[in-house]
Amino acid sequence: MQTVFSVGIDALAYGMVLFVISIGLSVTMGLMRVVNLAHGAFAMIGGYIASYATQTLGFGYGVAILVAVVGTIIIAIPVERFLYRRIYGAPELTQVLMTIGITFCVIGIANYVFGPTLKTIPLPEALRGPVDLGFRSIAAHKLFAIACGVAVAGALWFLIEKTSFGVKLRASVDNAAMAASLGVRTKIVYAVSFAVAVGLAAFGGIVGAELLPIEPYYALRYMVTFLVVVSVGGAGSIPGALLACLLLGAIDTSGRYLLPEYGEFFFYLAVIAIVCVFPRGLLGRSK
Amino acid sequence: MAAIENTSAAKPAATRPNWLVRDLVGLAVILAVAAIGYFLFPNNLALLTRILGVALLVLSIDLVTGFCGVATLGHAALFGAGAYASGIAAVHFGITDPLLMVVVGAIGGALAGIVSGAVILRGHGLAQLVLSIAVVHLFHEAANKASAYTGGSDGLSGISPDPIFGMFAFDLWGRTAYGFAVALVAIAFVVLRLITRSPFGMLCRGIKEDPIRIRAMGASVQGTLLKMYVISGAVAGVGGALNAISTQVVGLDSLSFTLSAEALVMLVLGGTGSLYGALIGTVSFMWFEDFVSAANPFHWLTIVGALLIAVVLFAPRGLYGSAQTLLDRFRGDGK
Repeated sequence: MQTVFSVGIDALAYGMVLFVISIGLSVTMGLMRVVNLAHGAFAMIGGYIASYATQTLGFGYGVAILVAVVGTIIIAIPVERFLYRRIYGAPELTQVLMTIGITFCVIGIANYVFGPTLKTIPLPEALRGPVDLGFRSIAAHKLFAIACGVAVAGALWFLIEKTSFGVKLRASVDNAAMAASLGVRTKIVYAVSFAVAVGLAAFGGIVGAELLPIEPYYALRYMVTFLVVVSVGGAGSIPGALLACLLLGAIDTSGRYLLPEYGEFFFYLAVIAIVCVFPRGLLGRSK
Repeated sequence: MAAIENTSAAKPAATRPNWLVRDLVGLAVILAVAAIGYFLFPNNLALLTRILGVALLVLSIDLVTGFCGVATLGHAALFGAGAYASGIAAVHFGITDPLLMVVVGAIGGALAGIVSGAVILRGHGLAQLVLSIAVVHLFHEAANKASAYTGGSDGLSGISPDPIFGMFAFDLWGRTAYGFAVALVAIAFVVLRLITRSPFGMLCRGIKEDPIRIRAMGASVQGTLLKMYVISGAVAGVGGALNAISTQVVGLDSLSFTLSAEALVMLVLGGTGSLYGALIGTVSFMWFEDFVSAANPFHWLTIVGALLIAVVLFAPRGLYGSAQTLLDRFRGDGK
């Protein structure tokens, strides 16, 4: 029972971190149909900025998150304008290469600027200790990660289902040309959702820094995980991404706890099984 | 009468030697470059041999990506399968004849090709990419787990191949290994040239252009692609076996996602859909890598990244494709 509970909490925290980082990827992939392997790089940039802001500049945790999210978006805007816009609608191979190239560049530059060591983002006092739930105590930062995941899911649901921007976004996802002809400025919708996606990636990178430590190869190490989550959940589907994150988080965490000698074997076996049965993802829409 | 015979004989003679001569020239160029490499870098033959091993992997990716349009980020699975097959055959079963080891490697690669092809070809687009990534990770974890046979993360060592034909022993400088590698690449080039030009190769190109139309014509798309995957696996397996023979050790890195991604980058750098492009891409990428990463491995990553972006933006057809376009334009101006 103890094991089940702690595996469950870890899986939930891990899944929520995955969700916060990869939901942006899912939205942009559903919207712009870009296989964006550089998404993890933006999460990494967020982590680096937050680490720099807390360690060197001495900012508080909350301020550091804000600075990092805004900073990452500012870095991402020219990248979107000059590089991504050229590969919208290009074949997958081209997109893969371009975004792998961006990832490599970010890794090289991050290492040049910040060095190859692991970066930490010191947690505030409130998140450091365990929280007593009466029958068990849990690390506070894991609860925080779970809460962030829930908050992000709720906020995105509200944004997409209840606001006029959400209507335009959904229209553009369904049929960009038709939406444009009805007066939706799809370019602005693209740019805003790209910025939101990058910001969420940075946010997830910071919140999840305890679980996915920030180091130069972060972008490469988790790139595949984020891509897998989107593919399993179905590009563009928020409930799908949530389901995929929880499912894959559970499989990965329980595999690590119960059969550590098999590494990620079961994780990838599950991915193959799911993708073979649902080629468009669990909740992906057929074209 | 004699004149008629002459013209009818001359017509196929005029078209046929065209590609035959071209291929022979290509082969001669490959051999000449190999010989120049041998004399320019006599102390670096190990690197040249490794380049040739990877060149076989890149050629095999070209078969499925360039000719069939299957996007894969997991092709190292076939390369590693060939390397482990020949290494295990040598260490655990005493098959130490290099030619036999290459055959075992090719069979291992072909079997891995059947398995991974059967999985990867089920998906399209993003799903296909993710499946290919998952396959290479699965192979990697399996090799790591089966450490009794593969040596796990320590690598499989103790491969000591016999002399080739009982005459040419593998020496310390890697001269024999290099010669062996050049011979394998040359043979693979000729065979692949024949395959890609055959009706089967044309069918594959047709599938890349328009799979629905090919199906409407009555050909089996999945079956054809799977066959090509098996051929590709055999070629990659030969590359893996070559690597195992020349380095005498097989590591888990031969089954890694990184190798798959790098090999794909080499292919695109050289130009997809052409065997020359695959070779040019491999040689220029690996030579450049050796050159720059000796200075600083992280600068190397930055430069590769920038290079990739530049290729996508400015030379989408790769080095060979761009050179060809330039040459065509030059010729067009000449007319």
